[in-house]
Amino acid sequence: MNEAREQSLATIRRGLKRGPLDGTRRVELETRLAHPLRHLIPTRAQGSHSEQVAMWIRMAEYALATVDQVARPNDAPAAVAAFLARENLPTAIVMAPDAELAALPWESQSLLHIERRAARDGDQVSVTTAFAGIAETGTLMLCSGPDSPTTLNFLPDTHIVLLPTAWIVGSYEDGWDLLRATGEAMPRTINYITGPSRSGDIEQTMQLGAHGPLRLHIVLISA
Amino acid sequence: MQVTTQAFQRNAGAALHNPALQKALKNIKIGFVRKRAAAVAKLPEFEALREAGRELKNHVLDHLDFYLEQFETKVIESGGQVHWAQDAAEANQIVLEICQSVNARRVTKGKSMISEEIGLNDFLEAHGIRPVETDLGEYIIQLRHEHPSHIIAPAVHLNREQVADAFQAHHAPYGFTERREEPRALMDEARQVLRQQFLQAEVGITGANFCIAETGTTVIVTNEGNGDLTQILPKVHIALASIEKVVPTFEDVSLLLRLLARSATGQELSVYTTFSTGPRRAEDADGPEQFHVVLLDNGRSGMLGGEFQDMLRCIRCAACLNHCPVYGAIGGHAYGWVYPGPMGSVLTPQLIGIEVAGPLPNASTFCGRCEDVCPVHIPLPKMMRHWREQEFARHLIPMTTRFGLGLWAFVARNPKLYRLATNLGSWLLRRLAGGKGRIRSLPLARGWTAWRDLPVPQGRTFQQQWATRRENQS
Ligand code: SF4
Repeated sequence: MNEAREQSLATIRRGLKRGPLDGTRRVELETRLAHPLRHLIPTRAQGSHSEQVAMWIRMAEYALATVDQVARPNDAPAAVAAFLARENLPTAIVMAPDAELAALPWESQSLLHIERRAARDGDQVSVTTAFAGIAETGTLMLCSGPDSPTTLNFLPDTHIVLLPTAWIVGSYEDGWDLLRATGEAMPRTINYITGPSRSGDIEQTMQLGAHGPLRLHIVLISA
Repeated sequence: MQVTTQAFQRNAGAALHNPALQKALKNIKIGFVRKRAAAVAKLPEFEALREAGRELKNHVLDHLDFYLEQFETKVIESGGQVHWAQDAAEANQIVLEICQSVNARRVTKGKSMISEEIGLNDFLEAHGIRPVETDLGEYIIQLRHEHPSHIIAPAVHLNREQVADAFQAHHAPYGFTERREEPRALMDEARQVLRQQFLQAEVGITGANFCIAETGTTVIVTNEGNGDLTQILPKVHIALASIEKVVPTFEDVSLLLRLLARSATGQELSVYTTFSTGPRRAEDADGPEQFHVVLLDNGRSGMLGGEFQDMLRCIRCAACLNHCPVYGAIGGHAYGWVYPGPMGSVLTPQLIGIEVAGPLPNASTFCGRCEDVCPVHIPLPKMMRHWREQEFARHLIPMTTRFGLGLWAFVARNPKLYRLATNLGSWLLRRLAGGKGRIRSLPLARGWTAWRDLPVPQGRTFQQQWATRRENQS
């Protein structure tokens, strides 16, 4: 449908009363793309790091996620097992095949049954990390890749995320900077997740667990 | 979709007499309106962000050709494909051919107003492909063979009993034989039925809230996660976008995201905001093997440089619907096509012609609330007035109205005659009221007084008061 393309572009240019952009204007726009400008960033996203962590927790809970905190990475498996026991949830876990997750002492939790793979229908509980936490809205930022399949974020009823507080940033823009700084190509899928799945489509009464997880639980790791 | 915009007055009359609809519409005020106000109050920068949002969208529209070409280049670089469509027929054909290329029998769909605009479901069905809507509201209305009555809450016109009826009628094959009415139970039922559809579909079709030129990324925003299951499980992901959805960078999207959910549902951010770039990478364990973007024009390029260009700033938040007294009274179906409320009253005449959509720009009290809440400051009332002027200029207004307006204009240009007429008029109205403050039914204006009482003119006319005031001052 190249004709459609040419027709749209021609009509746009006719409306704007000019031809294709070239010269300095074009260079300016290319620069704007190569060096993105930040717009106004809300003050709430600009506090000290400890303020950002506090804000992240407050906002995530406001979005109906639940948050536990542990001091060290090695405490995380016990926290996960405790959460599952408290909520009376199955102990079979499907876990992201991520090296840092694998390095944690899961064998200390003998009740947990762990498989490391993408999610399938029928999986009840998933455990993943996140790329970052975004304080201004209590949002998790997850990037797809071989070690973090996207299905884990959506198919199971319960999604548990392990997040070091050091990975919490203030604003969405801080998250993009962090991603660009990795120097890697844009992942296929980036998920911002703010609370568990929900719908208000029946009489505007909010119900959790529409298609994605009913529960979103985060284990924050302080050190 | 059948267009019934011309029957607006009759549709609206029926809507006012529909008790189920009237009950459902009350939910909007408790839900969206209050929540938006609370979310806006929590973000002191909101007004400044609105200004920035308007400037950003204006910048994009002024360079739309450039950003579209950049977006296309980046989609292709990341392994995706871009298809341009002039109109609904071309867009439908493109989607059909992609589906046929993978022998698709079933497609799941995330919520997309573009899909409604091009009538995609009917088209696919006519070609033997079964489209399944997965947004809960869209799913409900698909079962009822209806169209959305709201751009973000498609089933807002329904009550739980009606949802229960629809599920009871359709879910027996999935093992649900008992009628349930609790919203929780209804939702669980839909979740189980639709989960199977997600897993069986060969193609997943979503809309796109934004297209990012920097990287060729499409963005969807949902609360349910249905859009995500739609696009990560099947082999093929098709994103339907209209051309004005392009934005330059992630920073620019961040700005608009701060406006969108707060204006729409009063959330700080929707639960899921998903950025998709190309197909799955070689090492990925999941994700679609093919990624297609359909860029639909459908008359939008022709809005640039004209009096309706500003409408292309719209980010489809629905705040203008939620705050519109006309929408609140009659709901979305009365508008007779895909886009209802103030944004629909401006956009619909552009997309399907003022000849058929003429009644819509007239469905306004000009109270101005839509413009007050629009996150990108679209001057909706002004644009509705433009349409009315065009309608008048093109002689699309009925003779009686033209005659009435002509008569009024003649009288208004003759001060003596005007004074005589207003004095006579207010005297007559007071006589008709018989001492009461309001008139229940006015001869020749029963269409108006059927729904409200006419207040009787109090005291003297403006001209009389003005004259007295001038005398007292001199
Ligand atoms: S016109 Fe403004 S308020 Fe209405 S949907 Fe579009 S962006 Fe939202």
